[in-house]
Amino acid sequence: MRAFVAVARRDLLLAVRRRSEVANPLLFTLIVISLFPLGISPAPETLRLIAPGIIWVVALLSVLLTLESMFRADFEDGSLEQLLVSPHPLVLLVVAKVTAHWLVTGLPLLLVSPLLGALTHLNAATTTVLAASLALGTPVLSFVGAIGVALTVGLRRGGALLSLLVLPLYIPVLIFGANAVSAAMDGLPYHGQLLLLGAFLLLSLTLAPLAAAAALRISMN
Amino acid sequence: MSNVSSPLFQATGLECWRGDRRLFSGIDFSIHSGEALQVVGPNGSGKTTLLRAVCGLTRAEQGKLFWRGARLEGNPDAYRSELLYIGHENGLKFELTALENLRALRDIAARQRNLPLEAALDRAGLAGFEDRPVRTLSSGQRRRVALSRLLIAEAALWLLDEPFTALDDAGARLVNVLVEEHLNAGGGIMFTSHIPLSLTQRSLRRITLDS
Repeated sequence: MRAFVAVARRDLLLAVRRRSEVANPLLFTLIVISLFPLGISPAPETLRLIAPGIIWVVALLSVLLTLESMFRADFEDGSLEQLLVSPHPLVLLVVAKVTAHWLVTGLPLLLVSPLLGALTHLNAATTTVLAASLALGTPVLSFVGAIGVALTVGLRRGGALLSLLVLPLYIPVLIFGANAVSAAMDGLPYHGQLLLLGAFLLLSLTLAPLAAAAALRISMN
Repeated sequence: MSNVSSPLFQATGLECWRGDRRLFSGIDFSIHSGEALQVVGPNGSGKTTLLRAVCGLTRAEQGKLFWRGARLEGNPDAYRSELLYIGHENGLKFELTALENLRALRDIAARQRNLPLEAALDRAGLAGFEDRPVRTLSSGQRRRVALSRLLIAEAALWLLDEPFTALDDAGARLVNVLVEEHLNAGGGIMFTSHIPLSLTQRSLRRITLDS
């Protein structure tokens, strides 16, 4: 537990010191979403039609932008070696790193979701469902992303490969996240989609750290 | 250390490859309590790889590793809980202060002594630099932050990759003193360096790797 707190605290402290790195993905999200009314049509009906999809796609991409920060710097400065030779279970330390990553990337996205809803003319009830879908879905993006980063961290240019590995795995989250929002907008039941997102979360919480820990040991070899 | 006659660490028939090149093969050695083992060899001969194989970061193609007489693969966590590895990279975050870095490294590592971190940094010659971001420290001072872990860790086996890199004379003397204290307390050390440790009482054993 002490090691878990130490790893999470170090990453959060780093995020506080590198504020711009935290702010940039968030600004990216806001700017890209505000481009759609300019590029397609500012008409509320059009925006409402595409809003669930674009919000989720942009959220996906902004998380993808930050994934490498999870292990890349640690790999280069020798911190990762120290995690691997630690007597504490590597799986636990990976969960600590993913948790810190979500707090720095997913949580801010969740906090600005009312703004994202306002930019795309979503009503209050739909925005709530958007927030719920982001709350359940973005941790999955961090956990699944951790596997991809762990696999590619040893490669010099792993970035492109990382998106090829990870984006297909993000598709289920995209489908059910966006679908929950559009169902809510049309007044249809959306609990099934949210429950499925919750199931993805439990699945990735339990399995992804194991896979990422194993991948880290291979990458370090 | 309970049993002086059996080695702390033993390796037999180690063989490691880097890509399609065989770095070394048939390496046998043991580290007993109170013993320092220096790995020497020209650049690129695999010194670091050997050290990484010993601490379990790199998988050896061939060979067996034993910790306190038992196969290491069987219980790596028992081994890691008595291990202190300081690699070529210091494992420091440049945006964090020396103290914050040391605290994180201490909490990740195994058992630790009851020594305040400030005291450890003070002894490592970093008094007054505790709260400076590591970014602003010189490379020798960064190495000292990493090496101050030697003061707080309670590990039987130290694995040090080029501990003298970037250190000045005073820093190198400090490392020698700490190493001597560790050996006198019954610990073991394996390190890579071109500079021999100046041990007063103990013999230094060597493995030489050819290129």
